[in-house]
Amino acid sequence: MLCDICHKNPATVHLTEIINDKVVEMHVCQACAQNKAQEINQQLSISDFLGGLLDIGEKKTKEQALRCPSCGLSYADFKKKGRLGCSTCYTTFKHFLTPLLKKIHSATRHAGKTPASIERVAPVRQVGVEQLKRALEEAIKTEEYEEAAKLRDKIKELEKKQNKKTSNK
Amino acid sequence: MFEYFLTNKNNWLSAKGPESEIVFSSRVRLARNLEGFPFTLQANSIQKKEILSKMQNVYKEIGKIKGGAFVKKEELSSIDGQFLLERHLVSKELIAESEDSKGIIISNDERISIMINEEDHLRMQVITSGFDLKNCWKILDEIDNDLSRKLKFSFSPELGYLTSCPTNVGTGLRASCMLHLPALVLTKRMNKILELLARISFTTRGLFGEGTQALGNFFQISNQVSLGLSEEELIDNLIGVVNQIKGQEIDARDTLMKKFRPNLEDSVWRALGILRNSRLITTKEALGHLSTLSLGLDLDIIKDTDLFVKEDGKGLINSLFIIIQPAHLQKIESKSLKGAQRDYVRAEILRNKLGGKNV
Repeated sequence: MLCDICHKNPATVHLTEIINDKVVEMHVCQACAQNKAQEINQQLSISDFLGGLLDIGEKKTKEQALRCPSCGLSYADFKKKGRLGCSTCYTTFKHFLTPLLKKIHSATRHAGKTPASIERVAPVRQVGVEQLKRALEEAIKTEEYEEAAKLRDKIKELEKKQNKKTSNK
Repeated sequence: MFEYFLTNKNNWLSAKGPESEIVFSSRVRLARNLEGFPFTLQANSIQKKEILSKMQNVYKEIGKIKGGAFVKKEELSSIDGQFLLERHLVSKELIAESEDSKGIIISNDERISIMINEEDHLRMQVITSGFDLKNCWKILDEIDNDLSRKLKFSFSPELGYLTSCPTNVGTGLRASCMLHLPALVLTKRMNKILELLARISFTTRGLFGEGTQALGNFFQISNQVSLGLSEEELIDNLIGVVNQIKGQEIDARDTLMKKFRPNLEDSVWRALGILRNSRLITTKEALGHLSTLSLGLDLDIIKDTDLFVKEDGKGLINSLFIIIQPAHLQKIESKSLKGAQRDYVRAEILRNKLGGKNV
């Protein structure tokens, strides 16, 4: 049997595809099968899913045309490719990115390390309330009550500060 | 290029790492971008060249990688590129046809590699044998710190390290373990586990990363979230999940040994028989039998001496998982081979390594 695609090489791979609800059987050679597999891989990428997630919550077409002043990437480009063009894009498209980040990471704030070069300028590392709360749970679990009390006070203090900030806005 | 990798003894394939029976390898990677340059998507060729040459200069001052190789993508033949992909040192995206100024730095022991101008300006990884995520992170953290004293990374206090794709923003960290789970597949419990993993935001992939199917009963498990947790927390979470799955696999192996020992013994010895005697074998078929053989060694159904090696039969099988891949075969034979020729050479190598006859 010859390959259904190139009609030259013997068919060694048997594929079943569903096209418009119809099952189509194909007998192809190894080279064509590989091309076919690449096609399928290209069809599905993470950016497609990101684009899908962004569809929700977007209303105005004006915003679709929004462009990053720094690198020129438009919101439509981002939706298509699933990638941002530069660090300024994070500010330009913030309105769309915040809900997206919530969906992907269930969070919108960084809780990890800071670059060593920045650390030297501002050595105080921002510790989030969430991180402290987890440490508190851990301290209670391991019955380190003194540590737990310290953590509890820190959380209260931080929450007070944050409340002030939001009420000022 | 990179022929010396073929004789590397202590890399991530060695099966010498901790708990390497079920956890084949551990890997942690960081995504970083340089401030003052657009991300790869929007950077022009002059900017990309500048990034590449910056890295060419800077890496020589970083203790852990300064002795390694710096190679520009255009210097890599397509087989070399495929060879590095099979060794998990570059991604498909890096070796894809394009005119971009991409490059790669690889330490001599292959544990550390840095891709330049891939999706992000820098993608650095540490990969080790066995279940050793904390060690991977320790090494990578140090390289990252050293680099950040020489280069300014795009960073915002609110969102952390800024990456081209919002799925990597924050820590830019992706940690993964390659697990060998033949008993969970045999006892048909794997689908349930995959379902559960997706529900708690962990990603599963096959032996060769994104978009590949699970061959040889290998599953790569990684964190999906990169923002809102610290690097240590992300790694601890993955360690917890991997331990759970490992426990499940051990349970499944116990069940198989108690209830189906004759069947298991039969499968293991048949696998060895096929690997020792076949004259044409595809990658997929070979991976399946090697997986069964590996399980047989773990469960003492066969011993190192049955494979005609004095010790480290596991290391031998681990290396076979990789060297039977298409680009490795061509590298070993130093010539280009077509599909059917590869199947022949693959069978020959397997016979030679596993004590088969060549008459």
